[in-house]
Amino acid sequence: MLQQISGSIAVANAVALCRPEVIPCYPITPQTHIVEHLSSLVKSGQLQDCTYENVESEFASMSFCIGASAAGARTYTATASQGLLYMMEAVYNASGLGLPIVMTLGNRAIGAPINIWNDHSDAMSVRDAGWIQLFVESNQQALDVHIQAFKLAEALSLPVMVNMDGFILTHAITRVDMPDQEQVDRFLPPFIPRQKLDTESPLSIGAMVGPDAFTEVRYLAHHKQKEALTIIEQQAEEFANIFGRDSGGLVKSYFAQESDIVFVAMGSVVGTMQDLINDLRSEGYSVGILSLRSFRPFPANAICNALKNAQQVIVFEKSFAVGMGGILASEIHMATQRYADIQGVQISSVIGGLGGRTITKQSLRKLVDKAKQGDLDAEVFMDLEANTVVRELKRQQDEQSSGPVAENILRDMGVVSASKTH
Amino acid sequence: MTQKNTAEQTVKFYQTGTFTVGNRLLDEEFRTVQATEERSNSIDSGHRACQGCGQALGARYALDTAMRVTNNKIIAANATGCLEVFTTPYPETAWSIPWVHSLFGNVASVASGIAATLKAKGDSETRVIAQGGDGGTTDIGFACLSGLFDRNDDVLYICYDNGGYMNTGVQRSSATPGGARTATTMPVGEHPGSSFNTGKFLPAIAMAHEIPYVATASVHDLHDLERKVEKAMSFRGARYIQINVPCPLGWGSLPAHTIKLARMGVESGLVPLFEAEYGELTQSTKIRYQIPVEDYLKAQRRFAHVLKPANVAQLETIRALAEKNIKRYALL
Repeated sequence: MLQQISGSIAVANAVALCRPEVIPCYPITPQTHIVEHLSSLVKSGQLQDCTYENVESEFASMSFCIGASAAGARTYTATASQGLLYMMEAVYNASGLGLPIVMTLGNRAIGAPINIWNDHSDAMSVRDAGWIQLFVESNQQALDVHIQAFKLAEALSLPVMVNMDGFILTHAITRVDMPDQEQVDRFLPPFIPRQKLDTESPLSIGAMVGPDAFTEVRYLAHHKQKEALTIIEQQAEEFANIFGRDSGGLVKSYFAQESDIVFVAMGSVVGTMQDLINDLRSEGYSVGILSLRSFRPFPANAICNALKNAQQVIVFEKSFAVGMGGILASEIHMATQRYADIQGVQISSVIGGLGGRTITKQSLRKLVDKAKQGDLDAEVFMDLEANTVVRELKRQQDEQSSGPVAENILRDMGVVSASKTH
Repeated sequence: MTQKNTAEQTVKFYQTGTFTVGNRLLDEEFRTVQATEERSNSIDSGHRACQGCGQALGARYALDTAMRVTNNKIIAANATGCLEVFTTPYPETAWSIPWVHSLFGNVASVASGIAATLKAKGDSETRVIAQGGDGGTTDIGFACLSGLFDRNDDVLYICYDNGGYMNTGVQRSSATPGGARTATTMPVGEHPGSSFNTGKFLPAIAMAHEIPYVATASVHDLHDLERKVEKAMSFRGARYIQINVPCPLGWGSLPAHTIKLARMGVESGLVPLFEAEYGELTQSTKIRYQIPVEDYLKAQRRFAHVLKPANVAQLETIRALAEKNIKRYALL
């Protein structure tokens, strides 16, 4: 059924169609509307046989999920940014225990400085945590991928994190095609846990493992992620058969295989890029996009297949490893090194959209033009205000007690007119 | 004897010279679950607890009681700590009940999650128990525990209080008694041992949440412990039992003295035993033969410095604490 609703409400309704049994929640912008709506669905009786609980922190929320999932319930929660960091210990624990929890991450920057707007710093901070990490480009994909996420999690007995851009997707009201219960039930069978706390057949879960077996347990986690590479593709196909839509999968190519210049990106920015690519291709540019829908597992083979004819690759990402550079760019570089026939490709790492900075077609077009001229640097911070940076660096050089960086820069930019002058 | 069970017993039989409540003089039906071959045996033999471990004893009695009253329908969650480590050396496990260990600071929330699943599935028979040491309860797990109390989730939380982080090598927790030596509060400097006027007494905090049931117990009186666990299981909602469990390693005491020390803690007034329902004190255990606090302290190396003449002020402070407990909980 076609509906004009926000991304958050679409996701909440899709999650409800998956018949979750336990949902703990803790509010954090920009995911809160999802759990608010689920609360109403449970309280009003529209979502039955589900325990919804307001807990006291994200750490408690993920821990609650761990208990609920270990006891055999289909379990869901959502968080973002600082909330994800606060639950971090339990995030690792959930995957270590192999519990098929599904969590939405309304992607948001991490402070300090505190910032509620979108980037991918939160998702990247858990890239080694053992969760499946999927990214979505649109609200339609967001709701579709959540339905797939439960099936994937339960097939692998691994937790799955669906990443949707905060505000850009969560708060955007768009048209979505909401499936009906019968379709979802046909796609997603009832949850049969691989391990369960059961008084009829008592198990100990979470025992201490020493050097004798730790390597094997960890290797199996890696192995399961590799298995996911196949299952994600199979399930996307199965989904398309039932729902009549292409959603999910490992990667999505928009002219990637037949273009000289190819953007690699994840999430909603792909939509902006598609607009630009349509313009550019009509002007005769040979430019395409490779959208990563699965970040963990990292689909190295699928990426290399898609990039094998590219001459220049522009890896665009909304986060970076401070002191190292683009995270996705490094991984793309690593993947291409394993393919002798695409080793010659030029890879540029572009960091943009940090803390919600608008990503314009104009700025992206400049990247393409520079790449075309062979003039794009290996590392680019898109739309960086260089003068502001230089000014702050000079201040720090001139004076040891130059004050807090964020406040200095806000003052320079005139954003904080009332703060004390230095 | 006409009483239905030990919980209702008014006459206690003490073993001569030990003040330990005896089994042998009771009718069989009133004996502790441990006295029969058919005991439920939640924690199997062969685990790796130290000699004289008060926690192993307390946990076995508490959980066996819970098993008995629920007809073996219990699921336990465990915080990281001694109990977790000594019961589950991979690939062995001492647990004969479904048991999960997640993290150090989240056992209350994990237990709440299990209870939520049982609720969603309409299973009102199976009950949930969360267990942690005092560090996992009063410090790192405090927020999750307060959340459990706040929501009144149907979980019995058992804290095995030995007054410190014994699993990591005896460091101070917020349940470490004032004056006690730990690896992070050594008996050096002007104020040897753990500081006074610090720490928290969690049973009182639990009572402030007005949860259905709060009790303190001690491993020297296992009938009382069993009775309290049984009573706790008769309530729905959040319940809290704190069991005083001597730790020979952390306390610097003889393994053979665990029961004796547990009793002396109570008889000195330093470990008050009581019950509370919905925030109100309902019962406290009278001290049978009051002993001077120094008798209790001198059996433990962690208090050796307190008994030196130079530290008489510390001893006075500990005496005052015992007096305060005796007054507050009407122990005499």
